[in-house]
Amino acid sequence: MNNLIKGEKHDWEMVIGLEIHAQVKSNSKLFSSSSTKFGSLPNSQVSLVDAAMPGMLPVINKYCVEQAVKTGVGLNAKINNYSVFDRKNYFYADLPQGYQISQYKYPIVGEGKVTIDFKDGTSKDIRIVRLHLEQDAGKSLHDQNPSKTYVDLNRSGVALMEIVSEPDIRTPDEAGMYISKIRSILMYLDTCDGNMQEGSLRADVNISVRKPGDEYGTRCEIKNLNSIKFIKQAINYEAKRQIEILESGGSIEQNTMLFNTSTGKTKPMRNKEEAHDYRYFPDPDLLPLEISKEEIGKIKSSIPELPDELKNKFIETYKLSNYDASVLTAEKQTSDYFNETINSDSELKNHAKIVVNWITSELFSLLNKNNQDLNKSPVSPENLGQLIKLISTNEISGKIAKDVLEDMFSSGKTARQIVDEKDLQQVTDQGEIAKVIDEVIAENPKMVEQYLAGKDKLLGFFVGKAMKLTKGKANPKMLNDILKQKLNKKN
Amino acid sequence: MKIDKNTINRIARLSRIKLDDKESEDYIKDLNSILDWVEQLNEVNTENVEPLSNISSSILPKREDLSNDSNSSEEILENAPDKLEGFFAVPKVVE
Repeated sequence: MNNLIKGEKHDWEMVIGLEIHAQVKSNSKLFSSSSTKFGSLPNSQVSLVDAAMPGMLPVINKYCVEQAVKTGVGLNAKINNYSVFDRKNYFYADLPQGYQISQYKYPIVGEGKVTIDFKDGTSKDIRIVRLHLEQDAGKSLHDQNPSKTYVDLNRSGVALMEIVSEPDIRTPDEAGMYISKIRSILMYLDTCDGNMQEGSLRADVNISVRKPGDEYGTRCEIKNLNSIKFIKQAINYEAKRQIEILESGGSIEQNTMLFNTSTGKTKPMRNKEEAHDYRYFPDPDLLPLEISKEEIGKIKSSIPELPDELKNKFIETYKLSNYDASVLTAEKQTSDYFNETINSDSELKNHAKIVVNWITSELFSLLNKNNQDLNKSPVSPENLGQLIKLISTNEISGKIAKDVLEDMFSSGKTARQIVDEKDLQQVTDQGEIAKVIDEVIAENPKMVEQYLAGKDKLLGFFVGKAMKLTKGKANPKMLNDILKQKLNKKN
Repeated sequence: MKIDKNTINRIARLSRIKLDDKESEDYIKDLNSILDWVEQLNEVNTENVEPLSNISSSILPKREDLSNDSNSSEEILENAPDKLEGFFAVPKVVE
């Protein structure tokens, strides 16, 4: 695969690493009992701890710790029995403490990896450096008033898992696939709701460019991207910007950038004078976090089937391709739907590929067109299974089945009902098909002559005519076979 | 380790504290004498000794994941110098 970007003098390669911030799905915050509910009135879910009132002390949420461990296991990562909370010091209006409680030297989760799958059947491992627990900051609204910033502290103190990757990513697409994969794992584990629109999942992107084979170049960090589309756009723009600077003889300044979603451009966020100096030190209000082997074991045993395991199971059981299986397992609701469909009739196991196609292309495109979600699909897995069985037993043709599915989608009727009501059964009676073909041949002597003279393409013309006479219900394969036989006999 | 004028200015800026020349001089003197005093610890051989993270031998207390649904907004905003519609209002932080 060629991942290089053409430059003026030579090709360039992107080197990309992601820091993903995933909000822990919990009822209360990491160090206080305030609710984590999204979309409440401003400052309505702020305890004295979250507002950093003097004398308040943090008490850790046990469940958030378990969720982080669970996620670590899902990322095939090392769980650390001993980790430490540090203070990351900086001033900002939405950070009342003046520091964020985070983990620096001793994170709760160490090295791991996730696998991304490409369309061509290959896959690639992206290594994880670490996962640590930290507090989210409040939210600032800058665009409401020309001279004021408005601050809402409801998000202040919500538990975040920061997942840091090695710079193993080489293209914007890989970055998109990586974050989708992380999102999918988090959602199977139910440790984060994965809602990028509401900011439950967001990413900082580190990017540099280099001549292939060279050392890493100087990187820039693009902050706070909350959609896969923006991540790709920002990477493309930033790589182009860096290449232009380097090719005109300049050098890259290490910088923190913001991506403007309306212009599609990145620009530096802070000036150099205010370069990061977080002065990390262990938080004296919190003892080290120790987790016993038993606790880790207990969490491990509670972990559900993850997308990769499920993918391998699908490949093995149903002989599906790696790519098909990864599409099915990317979202839990899709794999659940597939499971229910294929188990609705014992016959369907032998037609797994057809089941995949009907879910991921036909049903998905109908859902898309109607702006509906799979878990609210008007066609139940059982009903789709029934439709596919009608196809696999040759009772209806694939072409007619598409119309039937649309009908099922809008009317809520079963495939059987629609086929019976509209009399759509496929004609598989040899005699009946032969009769229609004889009719077509008799009506078009000139065409027959041309066909026999070598104009093979005319076969389609006869098929079309005969299909029309059977109202599209003739079994296409039988129709083709008999037609060829009859025409060749004329020779 | 010695604290000089540059270091004291940097620390002051990071802490958002404004120091005049006289104060800077005083702090340089104070901080250096503290550092000198702490330097004495270097005389102790600490090889193979794990850093002490806490003098308490207790373990980190944890709470259950229960949320209290108290509407905090009035109380939280009580001391805010400026507020609007439930938000804190602060001087603009970006251009």
